[in-house]
Amino acid sequence: MAIEIKMPALSPTMEEGTLAKWLVAEGDDVRSGDVIAEIETDKATMEVEAIEDGKVGKILVPAGTENVKVNAAIAVLLEDGEISSDINAVSPEAPATTPANSPATVPATAPTTIFAEPVAAADDSWTGASTTLTVRESLRDAMAEEMRRDENVFIMGEEVAEYQGAYKVTQGLLDEFGAKRVIDTPITEQGFAGLGVGAAFGELRPIVEFMTFNFAMQAIDQIINSAAKTLYMSGGQMGCPIVFRGPNGAASRVAAQHSQCFASWYAHCPGLKVVAPYSAADAKGLLKAAIRDPNPVIFLEHEVLYGQSFEVPDDDDWIVPIGKANILRSGTDVTIVAFSIMVGRALEAANRLAEQGISAEVIDLRSIRPLDTDTIVASVKKTSRLVTCEEGFPFAGIGAEIAMQVMEQAFDWLDAPIARVTGKDVPMPYAANLEALALPQVDDIVATAMATCDGFKG
Amino acid sequence: MSAKAETKRKRGPGRPPKTPTTMVSGVNDMPPTEDLVSMYKDMLLIRRFEEKAGQLYGMGQIGGFCHLYIGQEAVVVGLQSASALGDTVVTSYRDHGHMLACGMDSDGVMAELTGRAGGYSRGKGGSMHMFSREKNFFGGHGIVGAQVPIGVGLAFSHKYKNEPNVCMTYLGDGAVNQGQVYESFNMAALWHLPVVFVIENNQYGMGTKVTRAAAGRALADRGMAYGIPGKQVDGMNVLAVRTAALEALAHCREGNGPFILEMKTYRYRGHSMSDPAKYRTREEVDAMRKQHDPIDQIRDILKDQNVDDARLKEIDSDIKAIVTKATEFAQTSPEPDPSELFTDILLPLTDSKLIAKG
Repeated sequence: MAIEIKMPALSPTMEEGTLAKWLVAEGDDVRSGDVIAEIETDKATMEVEAIEDGKVGKILVPAGTENVKVNAAIAVLLEDGEISSDINAVSPEAPATTPANSPATVPATAPTTIFAEPVAAADDSWTGASTTLTVRESLRDAMAEEMRRDENVFIMGEEVAEYQGAYKVTQGLLDEFGAKRVIDTPITEQGFAGLGVGAAFGELRPIVEFMTFNFAMQAIDQIINSAAKTLYMSGGQMGCPIVFRGPNGAASRVAAQHSQCFASWYAHCPGLKVVAPYSAADAKGLLKAAIRDPNPVIFLEHEVLYGQSFEVPDDDDWIVPIGKANILRSGTDVTIVAFSIMVGRALEAANRLAEQGISAEVIDLRSIRPLDTDTIVASVKKTSRLVTCEEGFPFAGIGAEIAMQVMEQAFDWLDAPIARVTGKDVPMPYAANLEALALPQVDDIVATAMATCDGFKG
Repeated sequence: MSAKAETKRKRGPGRPPKTPTTMVSGVNDMPPTEDLVSMYKDMLLIRRFEEKAGQLYGMGQIGGFCHLYIGQEAVVVGLQSASALGDTVVTSYRDHGHMLACGMDSDGVMAELTGRAGGYSRGKGGSMHMFSREKNFFGGHGIVGAQVPIGVGLAFSHKYKNEPNVCMTYLGDGAVNQGQVYESFNMAALWHLPVVFVIENNQYGMGTKVTRAAAGRALADRGMAYGIPGKQVDGMNVLAVRTAALEALAHCREGNGPFILEMKTYRYRGHSMSDPAKYRTREEVDAMRKQHDPIDQIRDILKDQNVDDARLKEIDSDIKAIVTKATEFAQTSPEPDPSELFTDILLPLTDSKLIAKG
């Protein structure tokens, strides 16, 4: 029977890609292992190999087609003795991959909230021109601009230079700035984190990229004991201007050791600033602020956001100050506080709540520490209800801290107990259905906000 | 000393080939007499300072952990005598000697030990955490081995800025078994960074003799896999240290990458003030003191160089005065103001664009 060749998933978070080029034509014989096509994702161009011997019967998706979904059929391979009329035997639709026994309400892949369309510039203080950029591009631009501005800024990490970044965040930097300032490190997190701290003591301005923050666990002693505490222990002599950055939180289907939010870990410790942007404009403005900051900054990115597009101001001096939250949607009934990827889910939840007649105010924290409690408290004084959202574990999480701060500063304004939407208190499971259950979804925010409003109305 | 015992260890089957480690125990050329006098003063200051610190600890005026450098004075003084202006130093928590040898003021060091406002860290660092940018002393780090990548980072900054300087990164025989030391060796060798790793092998990592903790050959050879040259040095002989340091620093300054010096040395006191040091015999300590004391050795050399007793006596008395003054300062300097509790956590922002406004 004719064999369908399907659009392959080339990374844990890939949902679609561009079929850049066919290297075979209809009628060509191919053998297993032959390269038949090239596919571009937002991270890389990858070759697709035939996995069976046969003859290319039909090319279903022409070269140059964008946004081809993973698992869509892109060509049909004929086996020995088959002719092209056999192609009709192949269903044009890709069969569903969700196992029959999966709960229908659980999506097969997480997360569900991907914005295909750019959203408005995240900072309404900007009235000038803007450009649509991905979070990935905006982070790269931030580093490039700061490296042009200050020759003591350099970037080091695994695969940041010749490979152009494991997630392509440092794409093009090696070409522009050379190997002295864009440095591929060995796989040696504790070592290069400590080296970065020493270089910062030596009055350079390192940007240390962790391929993911999961790997920074190897380096956490240097981050906390060396970078965060030395200013204090030296009576103010030893500033440590360094940025530790990389993707944080859950990617997709990479299980417990590669899916964790470290916001509360780092926010716990005095001596560090911790930021976790959502939009590309904030990613750029906050990273530039972090690089110029005289203190160590933990810069938590999110792999799933890297490919999402937003409007970014056309300003090579675009700075978003660390420590200032942003009200993305104004509302009167309930305040929803979120950061990083949860901001997108909070905004979608607010849309759904509006359909139910509930007016939600959505605050993007942007910075975890310093925490903009003023903005949160002012909002709670207006709405009298608060829901916090984070991907991390509930116990001693950011939501717990916000709840305490609000209780201390706005207890009398609360009409309902503060509610948290968090990741479940379990190591991240691998199975798609369990992973989706472990992660906080839009539904969870909607349900929690409604419960907060319903139960205490009146 | 046990260095010899170690190199004589029986080699079993499958042992690596004979170590190429060379021992630096002699002197290439005798420094000018005044340089010798200067080294003697520096070593004596460390000795007397540490004796006083031990006494103040016993009186309850110094708290927490306090690791004395007595017995190891030749190491840091020999290294510093070979260093050049702008070279940087970083070490672990047995750091008082390094600070004094770097030229930091005794008053400020002692006042930090007593936790006073006049201390180098204004009383917020203590014995293990002191720094002086002015003297290029970058700590004073409390986590065993963590100072090593930091030292490599300082060397990285020298190279990045095209400075002709070297970072002297000190670590103990206990630290050499930490993983980050090898991460550091690898990066330093890979990128030809100007760093001398000074392993102060005082024979004991807290209570564990080095032979019970460190497999393989001499610690000087621990960089062999990375192509880092290493030498063992008689760390009780300040001139041998100086000779080895000159070679290692020249190697680094010429762009040849890192160098390892294993200083065979000995601490007379326990690991910290609370260590009764039951893991070694009184005889062992006494033998080191009598036969290898670094200060006795340099004093004998000075006598050979016709420095007379009156001069030596005068030096002794000057050093005593410095330590007495430091002690008085450390006892009378006020405790830090309570407001200091919340200072120096983050540096303030000066660029208004970076400041979050309400």
